[in-house]
Amino acid sequence: MPLVSPKTTRDRYDVVVVGSGAAGGQAAYTLTLGGARVLMLEAGRDYSPETETPMFNTPNQAPLLATGTSDKPFGFFDATVGGGWSIEGEPYTNAKPAPAPDEDFRWWRSRMLGGKTNHWGRLSFRNGPYDFKPRTRDGLGFDWPISYEDVAPYYDKVEMLIGVYGSAEGLENTPDSPEGCLLPPPKPRVTEILARKHARKLGIPIVAAHRAVLTQRLDSSRLPALLHPGNSFAQSIVRQSMESRAACFWATDCGRGCSIRANYQSTTVHLPPAMASGNLDLLTNVMVREVELGPGDRARGIIYIDKLTGVEHRASARVVVLAASSCETVRLLLNSKTSRFPSGMANSSGLVGRRIIDTVGCSVTGQIPSLEGLPPHNEDGAGGSHVYAPWWLYREQLSGKLGFPRGYHIEFGGGRSMPGASTMADSEWLTGGTYGKRFREEARRYYGSFVHFAGRGEMIPNDKCYCELDPSARDKWGIPSLRFHWKFSDHELRQASHMRSTFESLISEMGGRVKAQDRDIRKAMDPGGSVIHEVGGAVMGSDPRTSVTNSWGQSWDVQNVFLADGSTFVSNADKNPTLTIMALAWRASDRIAAEMSRGNL
Amino acid sequence: MSSVRGIISRRAAITWILKAAAAGAVAPKLAFGDSRGVPIVYSRGYGLDPDLRKNYTPGELWPLILSQEQRVAATALCDEIMPADNGFPPASAVGVVDFVDEWISAPYEAQRSDRALILRGLKWIDKESTRRFGMPFSEAGASGKAEICDAICSVSRASAGLEEAAKFFSRYRDLVAGAYYSSPAGFKDLGYVGNIPQASFDGPPEDVLRKAGLL
Repeated sequence: MPLVSPKTTRDRYDVVVVGSGAAGGQAAYTLTLGGARVLMLEAGRDYSPETETPMFNTPNQAPLLATGTSDKPFGFFDATVGGGWSIEGEPYTNAKPAPAPDEDFRWWRSRMLGGKTNHWGRLSFRNGPYDFKPRTRDGLGFDWPISYEDVAPYYDKVEMLIGVYGSAEGLENTPDSPEGCLLPPPKPRVTEILARKHARKLGIPIVAAHRAVLTQRLDSSRLPALLHPGNSFAQSIVRQSMESRAACFWATDCGRGCSIRANYQSTTVHLPPAMASGNLDLLTNVMVREVELGPGDRARGIIYIDKLTGVEHRASARVVVLAASSCETVRLLLNSKTSRFPSGMANSSGLVGRRIIDTVGCSVTGQIPSLEGLPPHNEDGAGGSHVYAPWWLYREQLSGKLGFPRGYHIEFGGGRSMPGASTMADSEWLTGGTYGKRFREEARRYYGSFVHFAGRGEMIPNDKCYCELDPSARDKWGIPSLRFHWKFSDHELRQASHMRSTFESLISEMGGRVKAQDRDIRKAMDPGGSVIHEVGGAVMGSDPRTSVTNSWGQSWDVQNVFLADGSTFVSNADKNPTLTIMALAWRASDRIAAEMSRGNL
Repeated sequence: MSSVRGIISRRAAITWILKAAAAGAVAPKLAFGDSRGVPIVYSRGYGLDPDLRKNYTPGELWPLILSQEQRVAATALCDEIMPADNGFPPASAVGVVDFVDEWISAPYEAQRSDRALILRGLKWIDKESTRRFGMPFSEAGASGKAEICDAICSVSRASAGLEEAAKFFSRYRDLVAGAYYSSPAGFKDLGYVGNIPQASFDGPPEDVLRKAGLL
């Protein structure tokens, strides 16, 4: 991407956007195509999926067969080229020095253009009507100040823009998209068909997944006018961008990124049109330290550090949009202390850093004899799951039969994916321990016969899960670090146990063998933060005393500061958060544009 | 079939900083050997931002530590685990020993315990072969090699005193299999036919559905 430097930025912008991922990308897209002058700041380096993605590289071409290391935790080919679970010179801490498994919290930070959108699973689910009013339904957690109907038009738009495959099934609290929003789903693989057949007997619906992958090219003649009615400037730019994206060619895991722009990354979908508008200035390798308060309880702009020189700079704007990721946005607010706001900007409610929620995760692997020895065939497909099981026990749950209050969906893995370092690893539970020609026969027999189920469940916010500024830890630029507190409640532990017993039943129903795991559910489930769906920390609401922002993500205290990322989430439905982040960022950006034109900002 | 990754010049490797140290003082003592002589690796990893599209060869990023003697044992053992079969080459012919060397020489935490386990295991297997047959493992002949492998190829069935050797064998087999099946020969052996661009994805063919009982 063409970049500006701290020396070539303008004196003042309409909007400064901190972060370049799903939220920052969407905000920059919407605002620049609406005519606003935007400066975007990204803490990591510039990144180009078109030239940097290892599309066809095989594990034997990479160090250590491309397995994960502390440098590349999700494997060598993962698109992440900066950041991770730990970043040198940028610590975060856990309030307990040796946390129990259910008290641990890990924080994944991406430091690259496009942020976490570069390596995610592309699963793109809409929250349903229940998900915006969970407290009304079961008395737990909190209700959002908005309903499904408020967000639905933005879900439509985001799906049409980024390209999402899926189907309409008419299932409870699993909204169907209007005709013309979704792309056709890919055909299921044999493992997925077999699971669907047996899941039906357990009452589990297995349907097309919703993923941000182009199963066909976007309809560039129809969509731009629907996305930007009356804005021919935006339509023309978006048409060109859509025409430059290819459809999936049915190879390459999406986590590597996509050089042909067939899946959604902020870097291939949001930023190119924003850049083409001529209204976006992009600064990379800059760490934003604080939001600077001006007169009249308005932000003047932001203060940032050029990571290459260590020099501090200012950027000024009418509006500041924070899209740095939920917890980095929290950190920025807490670090923006003034005599007017001694506990941090936008924090008169005292809620900044509170109510952090991740996704509950638990996985089980099985081996299925009827999948052994199948004729070789290409199952790469769309670089991720083609099907999933949305939560199916809403009624049983509401009537109290399940013993835990919120649902989960099931994601899939397995089949004839590219062999690699883990092929036949840890296989003694199946082979009894063999070697020689017999071992090679066993490998041929078992390859492609595994199935992997992962539950992704809703966590309910609780008082023990929050973050604050660490009293002593600072990053290498002297900016105070975050300290996390974490503890899953019984709601999450019981839900994880239910996931596990469901997957074990499903594997048995498929005639398979379950791979053993630790029976202590606290050890078997994923630690807090590790699913990388952490949201909340600066919740939206309808009352300034009990929320940080209004329903557009606009700070109650400092009205030209908007939070566009997951920090404003009031609940964290089992539906992966990215699609909702984008829909809310588009909605917030429409609000900013309207308020600017009314002269209120 | 030749190595898919090439072999690094060992001369290039000796310029790297390596240090053998007596780490045995803190490591648990195992029945089949201890940690004395296991080198501490001081090299650095590839960092957060390596070139993802480059083709890397073992030894390029950090120096390799297997001695010639250890390579001989490693070669014999990997070919015992994955001999030539069904028209496919043995493990040593597709660069598996180079990979094992790269793995145990790596500067990352996850490889540190493997380094001690594999180096002790290779030493143990030669000692055990010498004890039984009066010669190192590589020279023990088909029946001698099989006798030793039979004794340690299963962690759950390993007899008293051979548990650690069985753990070594299990881990070594994991590494050998991973490297083998990541090679073009391994893809072919397993029937992996993906990683090519296609105009459409048509789902499983009829014969697949029929065999899986879905037609």
